Amino acid sequence: MAPPGSTRLLLAMGGLLAVAIALQVVRDRGWQPYEPATPLLWVQSPEAVARASLGHRNLVADVYWIRAVVYYGSQRLSGRGADYGLLYPLLDFVTTLDPRFRIAYRFGAIFLAEGYPRGPGRPDLAIRLLEKGVAADPARWEYVQDIGFVYYWWLRDARAAAEWFQRASAVPGAPSWLRLLAATTFASGGDRRSSRQLWQQLQDTADNDWLRRTAAMRLAQLDAMDLLDRLNAAADRVRGVPVDPAGVPFERDADGRFRLSPQSPLWPLPQEPPATP
Amino acid sequence: MVSLRAVRLVAWAMFRETVRDRVPLSIAAFCAVLLGVSYLISQMTAGQDLKIIKDLGLSSLSVFGLLIAVFLGINLVAKEVERRSIYPVIAKPVTREEFLLGKYTGLALALVANLAAMTAAFFAVLLFVDVATPAFAKSGWPAPATDPWLLAAIGLIVAELLVVTAIALFFSTFSSPMLSALLTLGLWVAGHFNADLRRFEAVVDVPALAWIARGMYYVLPNLAPFDIKAEVVHGVPVAWSHVGLTLAYAVTYITLALLAAVAVFRRRDFK
Repeated sequence: MAPPGSTRLLLAMGGLLAVAIALQVVRDRGWQPYEPATPLLWVQSPEAVARASLGHRNLVADVYWIRAVVYYGSQRLSGRGADYGLLYPLLDFVTTLDPRFRIAYRFGAIFLAEGYPRGPGRPDLAIRLLEKGVAADPARWEYVQDIGFVYYWWLRDARAAAEWFQRASAVPGAPSWLRLLAATTFASGGDRRSSRQLWQQLQDTADNDWLRRTAAMRLAQLDAMDLLDRLNAAADRVRGVPVDPAGVPFERDADGRFRLSPQSPLWPLPQEPPATP
Repeated sequence: MVSLRAVRLVAWAMFRETVRDRVPLSIAAFCAVLLGVSYLISQMTAGQDLKIIKDLGLSSLSVFGLLIAVFLGINLVAKEVERRSIYPVIAKPVTREEFLLGKYTGLALALVANLAAMTAAFFAVLLFVDVATPAFAKSGWPAPATDPWLLAAIGLIVAELLVVTAIALFFSTFSSPMLSALLTLGLWVAGHFNADLRRFEAVVDVPALAWIARGMYYVLPNLAPFDIKAEVVHGVPVAWSHVGLTLAYAVTYITLALLAAVAVFRRRDFK
């Protein structure tokens, strides 16, 4: 048996909650919480944060990692207005707080190296982050391989890439295919075949979905480049509108040559790395 | 001579009272909810769900356990004095030593029971992640989801909390609950910065100060070695000797704090 007046009390509470919600809706129409014009890190020193975390530095590193992922995602969505200025400092925080945070180095390097506007286009910072990872855990051949990868794909320096792949293959416990990869890269430089081999290896050995999807997208881009070569070689005989590997129709320029549509998820296609001198 | 029967009776009464108290239960429930939420949070972390769930789970156990230890520990004696329920207890054939030891044992049991409940919730979440994760993704895990070493990390968290409870009980024998809470939390913070005291000569150029700091390093509770969360989450091996020595240190420090509490409580005048 409920005490007398309970129903009225509940009704009053429900009414007050409704009023509070209505007030919030009205207030939010004319008020935005303060946000600095340029996003900033309130605390500048990862070492200070590490000390203040009182034995919970891994958890604080996770918080900064989530912030870095959300920051990268939101800037990427903002397109041409993207500003990735805080990305490296955030990743530096994460990896100082938790020097064994493997994915922060590997994904962080991918985020940093990605060309503008999909990323800041800073392969130099990607390499710096990965070198920090190598210093923290020299047994991780993946970081060394990733440095080679940044040289290969983003800096288009096949010789430096091959040297890093060779260094990675010398790390105890590294897979044997790395030696083959180093040899192929030394021999054939930056041709599309070695690119395909590199991405295929990454896709086959990736231990998470995001990396697999990225590798699959890059492989689809290489397929699109092969297809475009074949189409353009016989452009005057092609009838209809062929589609790229993502299913988006190719466009034709004024000369009748095929090109990838900017609407395609594969756009923009990477530039061809030059062959090894 | 301390009667074990009397200690057991006080401990059981304390345990029942603590478990009946809704505060630790609500904290435990909150922890379970938090662990569930951690699974949702992990969806926005680019494939790092297991690491984040482990970090969040271990830190939750540590923080909520600390809240239980401090806020129940500081009231162990103060509440009895405030309610004046201490008079009939010490008038009975229960010595002050038995009363204190019983109180501590009861709270320690309640703490272990709460943490056991939180650990069960934590492992349930980890088991769910293990089942829901495809085999290729598991190959990148540095340690299995339900890694038995997590229990070693939790064991050391429990040991640390039992040290903190003993310290809270010590302060509770002669100061108010608020002051006891501040002093206990202060020692807990100092216990995590303790290693700096050992290297004080690198900061100051006064040898006497460096010696005092080094002395404090050995006297104050050193709580940093109880933290092996990062190693366990990353699958880095932890020596059994480290775990064993840290547990032995905990037993020694708890005994020391309880003896100090008994020494103060014996002289306390309740008039």
